[in-house]
Amino acid sequence: MKSSVIIFPGSNCDRDMDVALKKFGFKNQMVWHNDAEIPKSDLIVLPGGFSYGDYLRCGSIAGKSRIIKSVIDFANSGGLVLGICNGFQILTETGLLPGILQQNKYLNFICKNVFVKIKNKENKYFKNIKKEVLELHIAHNEGNYFCSNDELQSIEDNGQIAVTYCDDKGNDDENNNPNGAIKNIAGIFNKNKNILGMMPHPERMIDPFLSGEDGSLIFENLIGSM
Amino acid sequence: MSEVNEQIAIDHGLKKDEYKKICDLLKRTPNITELGIFSAMWNEHCSYKSSRRHLKKLHTKGDQVIQGPGENAGVVDIEDDDAIVFKIESHNHPSFIEPYQGAATGVGGIMRDVFTMGARPIANLNSIHFGSIDHEKTRNLLRGVVKGIGGYGNCIGVPTIAGQTCFDESYNGNILVNAMTLGLVNKNKIFYSKAAGVDKPVIYVGSKTGRDGIHGASMASAIFDDKIEEKKPTVQVGDPFTEKLLLEACLELMAGKSIISIQDMGAAGLTSSSIEMASKGDLGIEIDLTKVPCREQNMTPYEIMLSESQERMLIVLEAGKENEAKKIFDKWNLDFAVIGKTTNSKNIELFFESKKVAEIPIDFLAENAPMYDRKWTKAKLPKESKFSKNNFKSLKLSECLNKILTDPNIADKEWIWNQYDHTVMGDTIQKPGGNAGVVRVHGTNKAVAAAVDSSATYCHAHPLTGGKQVVCESWRNMISVGAKPIAITNCLNFGNPEKEKNMGEFVECVEGITEASKYLNYPVVSGNVSFYNETKDKGIKPTPSIGGIGLLSDYKQMITMELKNNGNYLFVIGKTDGHLDQSIFAKNILSNHNGPPPEINLFNEKQNGMSILNLKNKNLIETCHDVSLGGILTAISKMSIKGDKGVKLFPIEGLVNKFEYFFGEDQGRYIIEIKPENLENVEKILKKDSIHFDKLGIVESNQITYGSDLKISIDDIKEGYKNWLKEYMVN
Repeated sequence: MKSSVIIFPGSNCDRDMDVALKKFGFKNQMVWHNDAEIPKSDLIVLPGGFSYGDYLRCGSIAGKSRIIKSVIDFANSGGLVLGICNGFQILTETGLLPGILQQNKYLNFICKNVFVKIKNKENKYFKNIKKEVLELHIAHNEGNYFCSNDELQSIEDNGQIAVTYCDDKGNDDENNNPNGAIKNIAGIFNKNKNILGMMPHPERMIDPFLSGEDGSLIFENLIGSM
Repeated sequence: MSEVNEQIAIDHGLKKDEYKKICDLLKRTPNITELGIFSAMWNEHCSYKSSRRHLKKLHTKGDQVIQGPGENAGVVDIEDDDAIVFKIESHNHPSFIEPYQGAATGVGGIMRDVFTMGARPIANLNSIHFGSIDHEKTRNLLRGVVKGIGGYGNCIGVPTIAGQTCFDESYNGNILVNAMTLGLVNKNKIFYSKAAGVDKPVIYVGSKTGRDGIHGASMASAIFDDKIEEKKPTVQVGDPFTEKLLLEACLELMAGKSIISIQDMGAAGLTSSSIEMASKGDLGIEIDLTKVPCREQNMTPYEIMLSESQERMLIVLEAGKENEAKKIFDKWNLDFAVIGKTTNSKNIELFFESKKVAEIPIDFLAENAPMYDRKWTKAKLPKESKFSKNNFKSLKLSECLNKILTDPNIADKEWIWNQYDHTVMGDTIQKPGGNAGVVRVHGTNKAVAAAVDSSATYCHAHPLTGGKQVVCESWRNMISVGAKPIAITNCLNFGNPEKEKNMGEFVECVEGITEASKYLNYPVVSGNVSFYNETKDKGIKPTPSIGGIGLLSDYKQMITMELKNNGNYLFVIGKTDGHLDQSIFAKNILSNHNGPPPEINLFNEKQNGMSILNLKNKNLIETCHDVSLGGILTAISKMSIKGDKGVKLFPIEGLVNKFEYFFGEDQGRYIIEIKPENLENVEKILKKDSIHFDKLGIVESNQITYGSDLKISIDDIKEGYKNWLKEYMVN
């Protein structure tokens, strides 16, 4: 399976993602933001970081970058596109995913482990994961997901909510919401479920010596479902 | 441009006799640009004029040392072809004036010092000191500094893995922000600042030069008064995104062979970077200031030379490599300009709009910079306090413990480090909040531990003992995670060196640091000095911060501090005499601020530490935590809270009372957790090595108990310990 990680000048989780993809068997290549084309891939990943410094709004300039047209074409033709953290912000800026990511409710950067509940397993990202609740890691200042009521209705109707913040038992209520995201949303799909954007970093959870290992489940499942 | 005279020189922070020396050296009156250059190079921050003669005494050698003090950062060998480049630096004055930018650019500056040497930064740390929690400015300063440190480090994508936060009223008018960075480099590919060869192109890369930060270094060499708000424009403004680009571009260029020398533009900007490169290479340098990329219009030579705009580097390239280098900086969208060349004149010569605007022999600025042998007074060891039974009569262990665990200097600092990305780069195996942060050396089995320590209370009570203690504390932090201590970097924060008492504190702390680091083979390889931490005649307590690093040859052998399993035994390694003077207990419970700090016994220190490493190598230790502020019971509580497990404490033996035993701050001690099946073996080894140890207790249930004297649940102590800072910040 071939994957491509797009590197924007301010990306800083590109190497971590490369390490994770390779660990679980992907043949990964790094693609520079100023290239026009992406080599043949089964999966494209937009990694975390600060793409172009995140001036104006997070991910906004990346949403207009040279490489992004190829990402959009790939996504529209049904290809798998995974955006983590800043990658999620970029995907909302391109319009591939609905909604926006605002500054965290308590106005602080948050770096810590969180639990998320998988809300939809009818997709290649979570299909064969047995667990309902995963322990992942967040590190962001703008992860407070928001969308209009109409959009929310349509996201819910189409089963587009991917993961929600919760406690270790899976309670995804307001008490377990680290950043103020509407409906505790930590990640969403597009309608076809080939595009996934999420704030938590699975690539930081692939080793018992790190913050945990639940990120491995996502990568194992991805490579297995292709 | 105005004529230079003595008053203008004084306004630049120079002393009368220093101005006279300049005129004598030049045999003429300097012009304003030249005066600016002298003032920048001769201020305390750049010239180390009060500290130089004492810093020479530091212990800086060892087999592990590749580069000691004098370069952008120190370099130590961590086996194979790997080396760690590291340094700590202060950004105190700017952070008090403008906490966000001051702290952010402090982080940016220290990272540049590290990647200038060819190393990719792999970890950041910091030591921050604030005034009393009741002081009106403390909350905002803390909030701003934390946001600034996070804002910069998080964006670059370097994890902040450990740190230290202290509160004391002596910092009410002068907070301390010390930032430390570790970088990883191949030991055969280290870059230095020494220029070599004549007619080599001098290249300017990075951000454009603006008017920010002019005289920043002079400001950092002055005491504060009522008008500090007016100094805001001297604080630099950082742009971490540009730094990230600069980091990647420099490392890309360094992969080739075109760089002769490289130096970041830190304090005193283009002035100190160009002079340092030429001075180290015994060369001259010629710069055409018209070619310097400027952000603002009509900047004068004076402003260009003294700007402290951030994210800029100066490089001396091999001739003919300009285009190759330019391509890399174009790719990263950074300015690149050939602004001059090296010469054999041994002068710095500046041109602007085709006119020569300054010419100064470089040795006037470097070697001939003033050096002072300031007067200092030796501190006396204070008399020990005598505590009587009455002092302890009405005290309850549980109440004392709760009070200590919610002391601002003990309480959990998670509110702070949750705002720092501490897991990016995917190699952080010990997060903040432990004995030390630990990161793996990417792609290997090795890991590097790092921690920052200071103990101003001890240093204030007796600088010589305090200086020794900080080094030992750092050493213990390395041992506690199972790492072999390698080397240290120091950030020496002191008051006004023109006052004999302050200068004495500096001299004796340095002496203490030297003695301990020599004995422990824990050399100082880099650092900086920050004097004049004084506002309206009130100076800070002497605060040397020590950043230590250690090596784990197998990261899977790392030790952590949380209690592991019920039924395991706990030992205290090292002797407890119950030293209460200068302890948190004495200050907080007995309201006693007198007496000497705990004594340092370097022989025991080394023996105890080595025996812990020995036990670790034999896989006999489950957990380790050094005993520091707050003594044994505080240490046990932290271990219990982290592991969510209780402890039954055994009756204490000997002459000390239970308060002295549980809260005394005797040095050189650790608490270790041992499996029952290893008990006999551990005792045998400790006895054979003549290591003093006490059997402290056994891990069980969810409370800490001591006979009928103490019964307290982990949840209860956790509540106060974990929430104190959060609650303080929302109020």
